Amino acid sequence: MPQPEYKVLIGMEIHVQLATASKMFTGAANGFNEDPNTQVDGVVLGLPGVLPVINRRAVEMAIMVGAALGCAIAAETKWDRKSYYYPDLPKNYQISQYDQPLCGAGTVMMPLPNGETKAVRIRRAHLEEDAGKLLHESGQSASLVDLNRAGTPLLEIVTEPDFSCPEEARLFGEELRQICRYLCVSQGIMQQGHMRFEPNINLHIFEDGKAYKTAITEVKNLNSFRSVERACEYEIQRQLTEFLTDRSAALQAGKSTRGWDDDKGCTTLQRSKEEAHDYRYFPDPDLVPLHVSQDWINRIKTQIPELPMARFQRYMQMELTRKEAAALLEDKAVADLFDMAVEIKQLPKRIANLMLGPAAKTANALTSERGTSVLISDLGVQASQYAKLAGMMEDGTVSASAAVTIFESLCSSTETDPMVAAEKLGLLQIRDTGATQAWVDAALANNPQAIADYKNNPKKKQASLGFLRGAVMKLSHGKADPKMVGELLEQTLEKLG
Amino acid sequence: MAEPLLTELSARELAQKIAKREIRAVDATRAFLEQIDTYDRTLHAFNEIYNDAAIAQADAVDHSLDRGENLGVLAGVPIALKDNLCTLFGHTTCSSKMLQNFCSPYDATVVTKLKAAGAIFVGKTNLDEFAMGSSTENSAFGPTHNPWNTQCVPGGSSGGSAAAVAGRLCAAALGSDTGGSIRQPAALCGIVGLKPTYGLVSRYGLVAFASSLDQIGPMTRDVRDAALMLNVIAGPDAKDSTSWPQPPPDYLRDLEKPPEKIRIGLPKEFFGDGLAAEVSNAVHAAVDFFRNHGAEIVQVSLPHTRYGIAAYYVIAPAEASSNLARYDGVHYGHRTPHASDLFDLYAASRAEGFGPEVQRRIMLGTYALSSGYYDAYYLRAQKVRQLIKDDFDGAFEKCDVIISPTTPDVAFKLGAKSSDPLAMYLCDVFTVTCNIAGIPGMSVPCGFSSTGLPIGMQMLGPVFSESNLLRLARFYELAHDWRTRKPAIAPSS
Repeated sequence: MPQPEYKVLIGMEIHVQLATASKMFTGAANGFNEDPNTQVDGVVLGLPGVLPVINRRAVEMAIMVGAALGCAIAAETKWDRKSYYYPDLPKNYQISQYDQPLCGAGTVMMPLPNGETKAVRIRRAHLEEDAGKLLHESGQSASLVDLNRAGTPLLEIVTEPDFSCPEEARLFGEELRQICRYLCVSQGIMQQGHMRFEPNINLHIFEDGKAYKTAITEVKNLNSFRSVERACEYEIQRQLTEFLTDRSAALQAGKSTRGWDDDKGCTTLQRSKEEAHDYRYFPDPDLVPLHVSQDWINRIKTQIPELPMARFQRYMQMELTRKEAAALLEDKAVADLFDMAVEIKQLPKRIANLMLGPAAKTANALTSERGTSVLISDLGVQASQYAKLAGMMEDGTVSASAAVTIFESLCSSTETDPMVAAEKLGLLQIRDTGATQAWVDAALANNPQAIADYKNNPKKKQASLGFLRGAVMKLSHGKADPKMVGELLEQTLEKLG
Repeated sequence: MAEPLLTELSARELAQKIAKREIRAVDATRAFLEQIDTYDRTLHAFNEIYNDAAIAQADAVDHSLDRGENLGVLAGVPIALKDNLCTLFGHTTCSSKMLQNFCSPYDATVVTKLKAAGAIFVGKTNLDEFAMGSSTENSAFGPTHNPWNTQCVPGGSSGGSAAAVAGRLCAAALGSDTGGSIRQPAALCGIVGLKPTYGLVSRYGLVAFASSLDQIGPMTRDVRDAALMLNVIAGPDAKDSTSWPQPPPDYLRDLEKPPEKIRIGLPKEFFGDGLAAEVSNAVHAAVDFFRNHGAEIVQVSLPHTRYGIAAYYVIAPAEASSNLARYDGVHYGHRTPHASDLFDLYAASRAEGFGPEVQRRIMLGTYALSSGYYDAYYLRAQKVRQLIKDDFDGAFEKCDVIISPTTPDVAFKLGAKSSDPLAMYLCDVFTVTCNIAGIPGMSVPCGFSSTGLPIGMQMLGPVFSESNLLRLARFYELAHDWRTRKPAIAPSS
């Protein structure tokens, strides 16, 4: 069957767990990886008589993310109860924001792999509390409830359907994670559920001069970037196939929600429109509307650091490659270290080479050795050391290969000064003309055949020059400056007539 | 003249005599526990009585006083708590099968404050299940009886507290008031009941019925005790976002000063059809008293009063349907032994754990919040709420206090309205608008019917006008002897 022309529309709903010290509406610790039901208190458990109190820090973090996404921050926001019964939701309602979200519409720019940027419209972002978890242990007739996650502050970010392919949806997820990391509102560890994605997908199919819109499907609870891309790809094909085989079903079905099976690589229907919950939203009478002053917003905005997108542009102007810039930006601590080193010594390329070369190699080795992530910024090598070492390379004090050895010693020994390390290791280049001339003379004296080849055999001229240069370096135990050796060698050979 | 019985002393008098060591806290506590022992099988005011713990508490107070320590303003005073206030001691049942075995792992803020003030807790009092009712007949543990006539209801939902105070089973009590649950039983039992301004007293630890209407307040034998109790329990609480952030005044300070240039408003809507003549006469007599003492009496109108009950019975059940969703048998409370799946567990646990009135209100509220009905019910009720607030704002431009009857009639017989929920809801007709507007309201004894049953007048003021209300009520109370009358209860056999 010939495929018709079609346009893909993907919007994203993203839940970000905010890394506050305490929960959204109570002082219980907002801890991960703890024993079940230890990060709880009366409010988390939904005991009779308890009351919620807004976590100020969570609101500030949400405002920070909203501002970074270009959202208008509401002057007044309120809280609503969303009712549904489930054992991981102790009150059987979730405190959320229905019609007055903290963050309203906005636009954020997202870099694309082709070097262009894309404007993504944000519809809204609101705060709510997370639910607990149900554990279904095999062989058990009952399910177990762990409420450690219950009450964790969640920021739900909703975009307009601005992504025109699955890759863009994934890229936005990655960009958002970077932003959250830079704002220190989330570590963005996907395996721990710090971020969850729910893409909404449909197609506009063009046939016989008409446009047909397929019913929107929402894929629930994706927790990896790869699954976002795969689920979107699957849904596009599924909706297209359905359109081609059963057009009325594809067009007339209401919005449905589907689950993603990562092993089978397919989505399955969870709930059709007819089965949609009535959440009976109403304003939470236990909480008062929150007034957000412009002054407060301004103070929060001063805490927003330079964001990845802006830094990327800056690094491109330093003539780093896209790949180098992206690698440095991956973790804010690494990018910060890079910036500090560049501020001390304006040698971005050499510093980037040091960080992404020997430093990255050492960090990777330690990561596999220890089994936990070790970043370049965790190696204990300071910005001033990177700057000094880069400077030593630049002015020829040490060779590039010597710099690697020096860097390794900075990581593994107590030595902190790259210059002292270079001396101790005997890696300083000797640029004394007299000493170098002596080595040159000695090398020439030992190799008359090479001199003859240089003089008489044009085919062997370059090779013999290289051989002689090697002989000089050998005599100097590698400390001679290769540039000076080359110059003196040629001058001396010419003089030999 | 013979020394008055310890149980006839007001809370304030007891506190002062105990502080001066004229009487021992243990003796006072024992006296009230003996009253409970003698009369509570008749009244059933209490769900739980703390004989040993109360004596131990009183003993500790006496020992502290012996050592010359300074204790709080309620040191040694035996107090009862409505059984919807969470306490670390005993059970917190809300008179519901759902929470029959529930023990709270924390104290309500008001309980913490009473403890700090040195109060002795003699027991927790009966109520309509989850505070839903006007007669205390909707208790899973059986009704409370009115001390003035044990064939009659004490009112509700704080009927246990009202009966305990009126029957001298405690020196004072706390109740909670969502639509009249402090004032109506106070009127029917002949005591003082104060519903403070919304936000004046922390709701933390009060098992929620309707969060935007609920307030905890004192139930006492005289106005001065109400001021004393309010001094202890009022004030900001970081655990309750709806609590008012400013510190409250000292309600005892100017209490005895005669009020000056008071304008009293009489809302015509509160004196219409359905008001018993004896009640009307008693309230008018009280108004005449004020007039004779220089008050200016003005007619005011609260035209939206007639929508009050309708709005209340949308808002309160809507909030209740959500507040009570947590009682599902999963984490605590009653769990059915017969469930085969999750839905069954929810449905059966709730059907078994909740009584009929609670179920009725959950269904009313769920309906009112449902998609497609929200605008017609909940949203419209909220609009009425604003109109009722506006009514009071307008009225309080013309007067300082509004006086009305607290209830249309005196206490009715047990069972008289049990089969007619609407008739029962109309018991709250004069009290609900006060909660809807968030203003303070008080019921003060103002006479007795020919059948010997107490009559209460309601005094309403603008938000945070408690000092003024208390002062006016105190002025009235000192010129009358209603508070000295005592019900003759037949001892339990």
